[in-house]
Amino acid sequence: MEFERLRRQSVGKLRGGLRAAACVFVFAAAGAFASEGFAQEAPVVVQPGAPGKPTRVLPPTTKGKLPPVSAADVQFMQGMIMHHAQAVEMTDLINARTENRTVRLLGARISHSQADEIQFMKRWLVSRGQPVSDAAHDMHMKMGHASMGLMPGMLSAEQMEALRKAKGEEFDRLFLKGMIQHHDGALIMVKDLFEAAGAGQEAELFNFATDVDSGQRAEIRAMQKMLDNMTSKKEKR
Amino acid sequence: MNRGSMMAFRLFAGALFLSLCFAGALQAQEPPKAAGAKPEEKKAEADPFAPEPAPPLPAGMVGSDVNDPRTKLKPGLYDAEEAVKGLKPLVLLPKPGPFQLGADDPSDPKVQKTLGVLGIPNTAVIPKPFQMVMAQLAFANTDLAFKGKYLFQGNFYGVSIYDISNPAKAQLLTSMVCPGGQGDVSVHKNLMFMSVEMPNGRTDCGVDGFPPGPPPAAGVASKPGVPAPQKDRFRGVRIFDITDIRSPKQVALVQTCRGSHTHTLVVDPKDKKNVYIYVSGTSFVRQGEELAGCSDEAPEKNPNTSLFRIEVIKVPLAAPQNAKVVSSPRVFINPRTGAINGLNNGGTHGRNGLEQPADSDQCHDITVYSQVGLAAGACSGNGLLLDIKDPVNPKRLDAVNDPNYAYWHSASFSNDGKKVVFTDEWGGGMGARCRPTDPNKWGADAIFAVEDDKLRFASYYKLPAAQGATENCVAHNGSLIPVPGRDIEVQSWYQGGISVIDFTDAANPVEIAYFDRGPIDPKMLVLGGHWSAYWYNGHIYGSEIARGLDIMELTPSEHLTQNEIDAAKSVRVAELNVQNQQRIVWPAQLVVAKAYLDQLERSQALPADRIAAMRSAIQSAESSGLNPKDRATLRSFVQPLKESARTARSAVDATRLQALAGILMRPAK
Repeated sequence: MEFERLRRQSVGKLRGGLRAAACVFVFAAAGAFASEGFAQEAPVVVQPGAPGKPTRVLPPTTKGKLPPVSAADVQFMQGMIMHHAQAVEMTDLINARTENRTVRLLGARISHSQADEIQFMKRWLVSRGQPVSDAAHDMHMKMGHASMGLMPGMLSAEQMEALRKAKGEEFDRLFLKGMIQHHDGALIMVKDLFEAAGAGQEAELFNFATDVDSGQRAEIRAMQKMLDNMTSKKEKR
Repeated sequence: MNRGSMMAFRLFAGALFLSLCFAGALQAQEPPKAAGAKPEEKKAEADPFAPEPAPPLPAGMVGSDVNDPRTKLKPGLYDAEEAVKGLKPLVLLPKPGPFQLGADDPSDPKVQKTLGVLGIPNTAVIPKPFQMVMAQLAFANTDLAFKGKYLFQGNFYGVSIYDISNPAKAQLLTSMVCPGGQGDVSVHKNLMFMSVEMPNGRTDCGVDGFPPGPPPAAGVASKPGVPAPQKDRFRGVRIFDITDIRSPKQVALVQTCRGSHTHTLVVDPKDKKNVYIYVSGTSFVRQGEELAGCSDEAPEKNPNTSLFRIEVIKVPLAAPQNAKVVSSPRVFINPRTGAINGLNNGGTHGRNGLEQPADSDQCHDITVYSQVGLAAGACSGNGLLLDIKDPVNPKRLDAVNDPNYAYWHSASFSNDGKKVVFTDEWGGGMGARCRPTDPNKWGADAIFAVEDDKLRFASYYKLPAAQGATENCVAHNGSLIPVPGRDIEVQSWYQGGISVIDFTDAANPVEIAYFDRGPIDPKMLVLGGHWSAYWYNGHIYGSEIARGLDIMELTPSEHLTQNEIDAAKSVRVAELNVQNQQRIVWPAQLVVAKAYLDQLERSQALPADRIAAMRSAIQSAESSGLNPKDRATLRSFVQPLKESARTARSAVDATRLQALAGILMRPAK
């Protein structure tokens, strides 16, 4: 207003033209605001505080920010790739060793979902510029300290060998017991992840770890039921 | 959004996952494969840009229609082709600045800057289209709530509040930054409630989460160091005072063991001083060191396990700061044995169609209908019917499972409380599950009749139009449209769009209107589409995950008349929290009578001459402003209508005839 009044006084002749120009300016500004969703009153960006604390006004230019990915997140993914790889290795033994349809179906399911998840984990790591395996682990493995590099629940070399040598019902039982042990380990890994400081805060990883937890719990219960059925059948005989 | 255990996060993960699938450049970057890599992996790596391969249609199953106009729409973020029937889009408000990139070109500096703040170190190794995907992930729009002229849109990063006094010119008022999960939101009077489940949730709404500890010593990754209880961590339900709509104040924090994936506002008609919140937690159980009493042990080991339960929060309206958990109902209990894990999942398949479906140790969402004293729980492996006459102690009346259901996700009642529409979030909302080879009984609605406190299956409904492999699509959130005399629901299907169905006949649901856009991207699945689509006081609001807020209205069609739409618009409510279902009551206005007449004509329940006579009398009464003579004429139809109701061919028509007679007896202005 003040601006316009001064202009009027100083350049009386151009008054009309200037007013029109000012109008155009105001219109253009309003249009620009409107196109970004501004009302008569511009929207506010605020951030509440903890209860009892005030709500802060943030600059309108505020952009999203996320917590950092932690070393524990990266190690969880690297470790889980190795962990999952053994599950796939175990399911690969099934077809040559048992005719049990339920075990075969279970194996197909586990193999499919774990292979899928391995892909996901690799992509997660690579897109963050991280190696898909932990150098320290690899070193232990190369040095022959295989058991030191194992993730929780993973079958030892002896257990794997026993599984390879088994056939029929013996294989079924060893496989189910081994896979329950293996899945229990994954639950421990998830628990460890969420108990590590600053870990599990990234949405994608949070979702994935949560899925691993609920999915493997379900499979453990299913496998326990299969084991129980085998035992009760045997007793009936 | 949510499935398996977390819908929203799954969407994120899904999108990322799928998008990563397409990230061809990644392949070259990948270090040599670890020993033990199997043929399955090689297959998946062959074409990392390709969408998740669709498995073949299982034997005996039928897929959706590939000839539907919605099946092949042109892609785009803001310029996608649209297919519309029986709806008119009014406006799409792009996502507000603090929650969006504001760009659809991966080379845009805004995208690069956002990747920087997301901690993506070196964008050179990431294919361009994928950079777009990653940059958008953490800011998905989610569920909606309404109060008066305000709309509340949840987001993974906070809540957006709009003024919708004039829906076609809705205005953003407030962007509230407060991350910690999908931000499921409810409003009641001066209070707003928000769900938090992720470990980055902070009591002070801070965006930085918690600092990572020092990396574990080499080779002992299985022991990531000391547990890290955080006193400032928040997982549970936040309560805000929204008296100043431009400055919500946090007044209470109610912590729970699994956090809150969703929550449901419960208003007990007998209790004017308190409201209740049912908390559905689907995430991991936090350690007891952080919140006393939390345990994720199996029920056999620990009868007080935090699994297999929901939580009930009591909120004193006069003192919301005193809100607290007052009960943890064991809704999965076996009443005979007392086992708290007493329900079994009956599904044959999980998220990807092969693996075991998740167990029933959690509810994903609960819809309460206090006026009929019932709640419908969508609880991972089961659909529950609960008696909530005592809201603090819900009792299970019935539980169902279904071989075609992967994850029981949400529920809604018909207005008479005699039907429940459940949804199955197969694929978690992040997956393309409406492809031609996806069975039309998987990832679908299941409609149940409620008879003598039992649920009886009636039919499935799935989006009839097949969608592409880059469109995340599955049944999701919807609400009733208050058309009198019919059960009509508007429902979101992510990138499958919005579908309006009539389920008056529970055995034969039919689609009567739809809206759909092409995929965000033709080559990779970019998470998007409608999280929720709800009717509120005359308009349909669609929360679009990636694009923003859609506002549209119904238009008349062969399936729906202008009178029926006007009758729906005659219903006004002060608040809408869809999972706190309120009985719809229609005003006794002539516009509602006209809707009933249209329906009786459609179902041929009355002869044409009687319908014409009533229409003419109504028209006359409307132009005279209901003068005594016209009122008398209207009354003269009442007795014959009641006669017709007694002899009507269907119960639905009988109800319509009775309701029509009631209005003509005493029409309101």
